[in-house]
Amino acid sequence: MKILVTAKRVVDYNVNIRVLADQSGVDLNNVKMSVNPFDEIAIEEAVRLKEAGKAEEVIVVSVGVSQCQEQLRTALALGADRGILVETDEALQPLGIAKALKAVIDKEAPGLIITGKQAIDGDNSQTGQMLAALAGLAQATFASEIDLGEDSATVTREIDGGLETITVKLPAIVTTDLRLNEPRYASLPNIMKAKKKPIDIFTPADLGVDVSPRVKTLKVEPPAERAAGIKVESVEVLVDKLRNEAKVIS
Amino acid sequence: MALDSDTLQQLLDTLTRFVNERLRPLESKTAADDRIPQEVVEEMKALGLFGLTIPEAYGGLGLNMQEEAAVARVFGRTSPAFRSAFGTNVGIGSQSLVIDGTEDQKQFYLPKMATGEIVGSFCLSEPEAGSDAASVRTTAVKDGDDYLINGTKRYITNAPWADLFTVFARTDASVKGARGVSAFLVDRKTPGVSLGVPYRKMGQQGAPVCDVIFEDVRVPAEKLLGGAENVGFITAMKVLDKGRLHISAISVGVAERLIEDATKYAIERKQFNQPIAEFQLVQAMLADSQTEMYAAACMVEETARRRDAGEAVNALAASCKLFATEMVGRVADRAVQIFGGAGYIEDYGIERFYRDVRLFRIYEGTSQIQQTVIAKDMIKRFS
Repeated sequence: MKILVTAKRVVDYNVNIRVLADQSGVDLNNVKMSVNPFDEIAIEEAVRLKEAGKAEEVIVVSVGVSQCQEQLRTALALGADRGILVETDEALQPLGIAKALKAVIDKEAPGLIITGKQAIDGDNSQTGQMLAALAGLAQATFASEIDLGEDSATVTREIDGGLETITVKLPAIVTTDLRLNEPRYASLPNIMKAKKKPIDIFTPADLGVDVSPRVKTLKVEPPAERAAGIKVESVEVLVDKLRNEAKVIS
Repeated sequence: MALDSDTLQQLLDTLTRFVNERLRPLESKTAADDRIPQEVVEEMKALGLFGLTIPEAYGGLGLNMQEEAAVARVFGRTSPAFRSAFGTNVGIGSQSLVIDGTEDQKQFYLPKMATGEIVGSFCLSEPEAGSDAASVRTTAVKDGDDYLINGTKRYITNAPWADLFTVFARTDASVKGARGVSAFLVDRKTPGVSLGVPYRKMGQQGAPVCDVIFEDVRVPAEKLLGGAENVGFITAMKVLDKGRLHISAISVGVAERLIEDATKYAIERKQFNQPIAEFQLVQAMLADSQTEMYAAACMVEETARRRDAGEAVNALAASCKLFATEMVGRVADRAVQIFGGAGYIEDYGIERFYRDVRLFRIYEGTSQIQQTVIAKDMIKRFS
């Protein structure tokens, strides 16, 4: 079985995001970029499935600018076998990415597709679901456990208030939650070997898809700054403030 | 072969993440236990750190000096004890084999050293042979096809958990200095090899050091490094500049860590109603530290580059070691000063680095030895 996984290029989670002065977006200039952490979990899961003998090949896909090859290399260092870049300078939105991924699925016919449940840049949590709809495949989102069988996968999902276990027919789309696994550090020899693994590059036009944005961003603002805390004299004053100012108790 | 910049960057990014997320949270525990958690050692092996400088043909990464220095600098950002765990496999423990080992010796040891299956340790220093390393008193006397080794080696890094000792011993008693000294590859399980009690040290807890005692240790002739007598000490001298650059790069890394910690603290800590970072006397300490760190970083990069280009960098490497290790001593001292009372308290970790870095001025050649290396080179050039 082939497993297809995604590696979105996002601002590294350690970076303090700065909004551009014209409010058109966030500053990506000279900012460290990394693989979306949820995608890293997807890659790790695929590699573990391969190591357990349940898959023969792990293919990693990224959609975006040419530099996404860095993220593909990271995935290859973690154990993916080959990479595919759908290269475009378009501002990407979930639908566009899902369309590109659908085209890759048509080409590769994987038995399982694992993506992050969301990317830490837009936090949309839509790509996996849209991909399932476009490809007409079963979906199991927010997975914290995957048990891969021959024709089906049993997936434990993290839902509000507990866990839900479902079985989906393969091929299926699984999106990863945080607790699915803890990704390894790529070993240094594997980082060096990753350079020799192949990456195929296509444009959206090659794949016959239109990834242009459908949603227009009007304005991007940083979250309001937190006001400084205060010390109160007594419990009574504290309760009063919690009730009447913060309105967190009634 | 030099790595392309993307691959090197990815390697350094991975190690930076490992240092920040895995090692830094364990600094105080490692110091308190005087032991690196075993699972961390295993992770370092899996990462490939034990094989950084072992050639690719023998299963290592074959990093050149610039790349090795860049990695060492990343590892300077956490307790030096962690680096020490794989330090002997990267440095003196493996390089004498890489340079002078016979093909059989390389095939036998290097692949296992690259994975960390074998931890190597370098036994040169003796109770009476420290800076005067050429005055080795340990003897190796030919006995049939074997050698019998007798002597005591002092302050041997990683000896408590090492599997393989590179032992320097005098094979020719009639020659007093370096020329009568050979090197032997001695398995720790060889009868007659025993270890002293690990020393309690001023700093670098977690990096074990003890004496190694050799009593009538019988070693077959094929374990003679390079298959020939009296090349051992010359071998040791060949790897010294590499080790010195490595320690210099670590010193730069530790300085960067301390500068970052001290600057953040100075921005946060308020006295007289303002952050102490606003005070010019504090600023002077920060700026001096930054400037000296930068100078050392440039020296290391330049010297590493020249070594990779094939230049003899003996005196330059000595200059790097002298300046970088003295520099990090001053930076650590200022960091304690900026932290004030907190700098003296164990919980903040600053005093720990202050103690840790003291060793850098002593091992792999004291500052005074570096000075004499530099001066001798100058005198030779101008006379």
